[in-house]
Amino acid sequence: MIDEGLRTELSRQGVVTTTLEELYNWGRKNSVWPLNFGLACCAIEMIATSMARFDIARFGAEVFRPSPRQADLMIVAGTVTKKMAPQVVRLYNQMPEPKYVIAMGVCAISGGPFKEGYNVLKGIDRYIPVDVHIPGCPPRPEALLQALMTLQDKIARQSLTGDKRPPHLKAEAPGECPIPAFGKHDLEPPNNPALWQPPPMMRTE
Amino acid sequence: MNSMETLEQLKVRIQAAAPGAQVEIVPNGCAASPPSLLLDRGHTRAVAEFLREDAALRLDYASNVTGVDWPEKTVKEKVKVRKSAGGVEKEVEEVRERKTPGYLEAVYHLYSMALKHGPVILRLRTENRADKVAVPSLTPVWRSCEFQEREIFDLYGIVFEGHPDLRRILMWPEFTDHPMRKDYVAPDDYEYEPTPHDAVLAKAQRHYPGGTPA
Repeated sequence: MIDEGLRTELSRQGVVTTTLEELYNWGRKNSVWPLNFGLACCAIEMIATSMARFDIARFGAEVFRPSPRQADLMIVAGTVTKKMAPQVVRLYNQMPEPKYVIAMGVCAISGGPFKEGYNVLKGIDRYIPVDVHIPGCPPRPEALLQALMTLQDKIARQSLTGDKRPPHLKAEAPGECPIPAFGKHDLEPPNNPALWQPPPMMRTE
Repeated sequence: MNSMETLEQLKVRIQAAAPGAQVEIVPNGCAASPPSLLLDRGHTRAVAEFLREDAALRLDYASNVTGVDWPEKTVKEKVKVRKSAGGVEKEVEEVRERKTPGYLEAVYHLYSMALKHGPVILRLRTENRADKVAVPSLTPVWRSCEFQEREIFDLYGIVFEGHPDLRRILMWPEFTDHPMRKDYVAPDDYEYEPTPHDAVLAKAQRHYPGGTPA
């Protein structure tokens, strides 16, 4: 690796040095195309984020794609009901790698105000891997932009080789999340055990 | 609301129009809520059509249909009984338990768009909560009942006979429970909550018997 001081000195002299990884990640993080997909009121804030006042285009993420085949980012914006959850997982499976998920709002994180209900999934992270969680009910557009910037940082830091490379570069990593089935009383299974386990007990008295 | 005939007058007219129909006026405990008409299952369609077609009523709009679950319950009543104890007659209070059978109820709120009055409230009751859960559908009379009767079928399990398309509307077709019934038990997928209280606290203690996680 090139020394950081030397690199700054070189750039002062008009010589740009980079690595293939940096160039690749720089391109990826500035062209994150979200899936055009909303579930509830958070989607209204997501739409507001894409409009002129907040302007998600400043981050290169304005191209909302109507097809999961062309999308890089799934913004789970809103309440995920148990009836909708298999479709959300199916859409996630249909997206090409590398793909990222932002869980927007308390419903997508944990079920939110509907957590005690019979029909709402208690967080989409029970079935698909979530990169950034945004709390809020609904989160403001600034919060979604903050989440996008967090995701961009995460993309920029991804290494393409070595043990820490993302799962889509590992041949043995599973490519798809299993789609839950409609059961008699609940979704089956109620969560993907490879991704999510009920929190263990931390303290006993 | 225009002046409408009282429910007693309406009941007499209904029984004249649909001979043999049993109509019961059910009072509502709250002063602000109007009393309603309890219809028998055999004459429901005839009564409904009378309410829609009658020139003085013209109840052409069913604004709302909802379900109510009345589980079986034992009612304790204090009854004063005269008892003779040792030759002296005394008035003694006795507590008697009475079991009321459970049933499901569909409640219809009817208005007239033409005459600008309402509501007239109808109630239909099923025989029990287990196997005899059918009431006649009023969708053929008021089209706006269609989705609401499907919702009641989904959440309460009342079967509406004569409904054109009786399927679950909110839950998936494989689902077998009726979530709005009082004895419904939700799937147990408790997870940690920072400030559990009431029913959630009981659940938390069941999942973490040694104490809630901190």
